[in-house]
Amino acid sequence: MSGTAAVSLAPAAYAPPAGLAAVRRGAFAVGAVAAALSLLGAWMDRGQFFRSYLVAFLYWLSIALGCSAIAMLHHLTRGGWGLMIRRVLEAASGTLPLVALFFVPLLFGLPELYRWARPDEVQADALLRHQAVYLNAPFFISRAALYFAIWCGFAWVLQRLSARQDATGDPALPRRMQMIAAPGLVLYCLTATFASIDWLMSLDSRWYSTIYGVYFVGGHAIAGLSFAVLVALYLSSRGPMSAAFRPIHFHDYGKLLLTFVVLWAYFAVSQLIIIWSGNLAEEITWYRGRLLGGWSGVSLALVTLHFALPFLLLLSREGKRNAGRLSVVAILLLVMRWVDLHWLALPALSPEGPAFHWLDAATAIALGGLWLSAFAGRLARRPLLPIRDPFLPEALAHD
Amino acid sequence: MTRPRTVRLYGQMAEFASPHDLLAAAGAARSAGYRRLDAFTPFPIERLSETLGHRPSRVPMLVLIGGIIGALAGYGLQYWVSAVAYPLNIGGRPYNSWPAFIPITFELTILIAGIFTVFGMLVLNGLPTPYHPVFNVPHFALASRDRYFLCIESKDPKFDPASTRVFLEGLSPSGVFDVEY
Repeated sequence: MSGTAAVSLAPAAYAPPAGLAAVRRGAFAVGAVAAALSLLGAWMDRGQFFRSYLVAFLYWLSIALGCSAIAMLHHLTRGGWGLMIRRVLEAASGTLPLVALFFVPLLFGLPELYRWARPDEVQADALLRHQAVYLNAPFFISRAALYFAIWCGFAWVLQRLSARQDATGDPALPRRMQMIAAPGLVLYCLTATFASIDWLMSLDSRWYSTIYGVYFVGGHAIAGLSFAVLVALYLSSRGPMSAAFRPIHFHDYGKLLLTFVVLWAYFAVSQLIIIWSGNLAEEITWYRGRLLGGWSGVSLALVTLHFALPFLLLLSREGKRNAGRLSVVAILLLVMRWVDLHWLALPALSPEGPAFHWLDAATAIALGGLWLSAFAGRLARRPLLPIRDPFLPEALAHD
Repeated sequence: MTRPRTVRLYGQMAEFASPHDLLAAAGAARSAGYRRLDAFTPFPIERLSETLGHRPSRVPMLVLIGGIIGALAGYGLQYWVSAVAYPLNIGGRPYNSWPAFIPITFELTILIAGIFTVFGMLVLNGLPTPYHPVFNVPHFALASRDRYFLCIESKDPKFDPASTRVFLEGLSPSGVFDVEY
């Protein structure tokens, strides 16, 4: 409303904090050391390396893609909630070309990961021979190239328009970004579904589920938003953004995070109920391996720590507005995203139970360090708020 | 023969031209020690409830209680029917088959929480109220158009018809009215 503290809209007022440069260098150093260790691990145990690397790749992909999808959701709905974190989302979606580069090493490990990539097994198995039309290495690689082209393309176009908005303040730009975000979101959901089938579901080529893709997408939303909220909390703890962020902004992110957590649980339970009710021999194998064997503890942890606890913590108003409590939820969810990806990928490769290997941590830290470094570099390039967006004054005064 | 009419006051009300004046007046009334305050505006005004010293709503707690009752009732109903009262062997599954019970448990959680939300809200805010003294002020109809009203109730321990009127007039309102029962 009028009469509240005047908010500055000068670009210089939202210069990125100096600490980002240190984050960029520090993350790069940590990432480089972990990458060297991972390479050593790859030389020692090739199979284990690719298993760990697949999960690490999917983890950082989910954060970058989740941010990109939330940015498109913000452009599509033109919600004021997104303006405060738009730069964070854009910086994360801008790293997608780097994530595409992270995908390349997996191409050298296809036979280690996927049964359909081992010619002798395909020859011996009628079902794999049947699936070979779709599940074969050249087609697999071209599909991945197409997914990344679409993801990077939309992120790139939207960032260009956003940069132009910073320069010119053209009032027609929000509408153009909206028109691009709409097909972008549809294509994202479709490509992410196919990507989940290619990269994760095909680890167990005898099992399929039609809701698997949206479960994967729901995980992206949680990972992207949790990450963006953590960065927003970091930015709000120091100048210049400490004056701009208010509890109500985090209240909005808390609500959205609660929605995503419930949505993710809804997809998870829908798949379980359908397969459990059908009780067909070829479908229940996936759950037998996860609910009855050594993975049952991980399944229980997902139910309690990925759904029940964040749900309860986010129910109360204070849980969403209080920076400390919200950051606990965001960190918990980011950890559980990693656990969830393990739970999705690895029972197909180590059915007896979770066997934590140091390479799991090393590959995740390696990709994470390099990724965070790129992210911090991109975030430091532009003012922390889209200063010429017509809705920014309203979003800043939101109370 | 005329009997002097005893005027029972519900309170006194000041009329303001802008939400900003109303917020300032509400703050002044709070700092002057008035506690039984209410404000009437054509649209929600940010921070007004906090300025008036209104407690956070108790509706969220009622919703939570409703949700818990719904979840327990939903699960309990299915458990009692399927495992206690009329156990049936369905495809060899256990009588207490929790995955099958989730949808109904979920639905009843939402239903009872929703019912508690609506009726809890109505009980707590006293709606519907067919008669309310504030409508006895002729100007009050403007509260749904472009005027902002602050009312100090006579139940307030600090309320005094003479001094409260003086206090309200000191807030530069466009008018001060007695609110009669």
